[in-house]
Amino acid sequence: MTVSTSALAAFREGILRCLPAALGVFAYGLVFGALTRTAGLGLGEAAAMSAIVFSGSAQFVALGLWTLPPPTATLALATLLINFRFFLMAATMTRVLRGWPLVRALPAMFWVTDENWAVTMAAGERPRWGAFFLGTGFTLYVTWLATTVVGNALGSVIADPKAWGLDFAFPAMFLALAVGLARKAPAPTVWIASAAAALLADRLIGGNAPVLVGGLAGAAVAALRKPEARRAG
Amino acid sequence: MRVDVLLAFLAMSAVSYGIRVAGYLARSRLPDHPRLMAAMDQLPAAILIALVVPMLARGGPAEWIAAAVVAALAWFVDLLLIPLAVGVVVVVLLRGVI
Repeated sequence: MTVSTSALAAFREGILRCLPAALGVFAYGLVFGALTRTAGLGLGEAAAMSAIVFSGSAQFVALGLWTLPPPTATLALATLLINFRFFLMAATMTRVLRGWPLVRALPAMFWVTDENWAVTMAAGERPRWGAFFLGTGFTLYVTWLATTVVGNALGSVIADPKAWGLDFAFPAMFLALAVGLARKAPAPTVWIASAAAALLADRLIGGNAPVLVGGLAGAAVAALRKPEARRAG
Repeated sequence: MRVDVLLAFLAMSAVSYGIRVAGYLARSRLPDHPRLMAAMDQLPAAILIALVVPMLARGGPAEWIAAAVVAALAWFVDLLLIPLAVGVVVVVLLRGVI
């Protein structure tokens, strides 16, 4: 191993490290693709949607709201509510992209989505962390786009992912990544606050609110604890 | 493709992208106060826990036992594929039993 990791090597590692996470996305991409067909989207339209929007949960909800002509304002509002969690995830990316000028960092924000963001964070600080992140984004983008197209082409042939236990791939992945992070920086009070607030928000508000409320509650507890010497974020 | 369909996709994309850019810019503009850094350090784990806990709460004993197996494996194994694959297999087996 050389002293300085090249950006290409880090990019390649990001691609590989995100492959397990792509498994869950693979199953849901196929289901999503099949649903695009049910909603009346052609192959080109389905592909364009995944390529342009690149946001699984917002796209699923959009199919439920889909009409022709499309209810653009409603779709935009739904996307805002569903994806507000990206605000927090993107905020944590300043550490990953440290030293990147905004002309490079802001385009990279397009790739911030649950799974590859989680893989990037769990991988921990490393040389060329930003290039690693781009690799994880590449894996997810290609997986999401390809499975959307295949799902749309195959239509209702796609079976229920639950029959294969693949519905459990998402919780299992997020849990494993959370444990990996938790092991590196133990903060039980933060985890309890986050879990409790998320459960409460799930009961009271529902939707994607738990991620936002739980994330903020955990961060608030972390801020209130006596701050030690920590690396800049 | 219809222009209005393309515009709808672009609108969704713009909103989604705008949220991410806003989050990044908001953090880059804030000073590195120790309490803020402590919060930002813990934010990824807090978000992941907040993502996964409601998902698991909606499950039953099969999912909870499988989750315990995943958590235990993830504590010792850094490779994501192993807890993930074992978790999926365990949940399928348990659903057949429970």
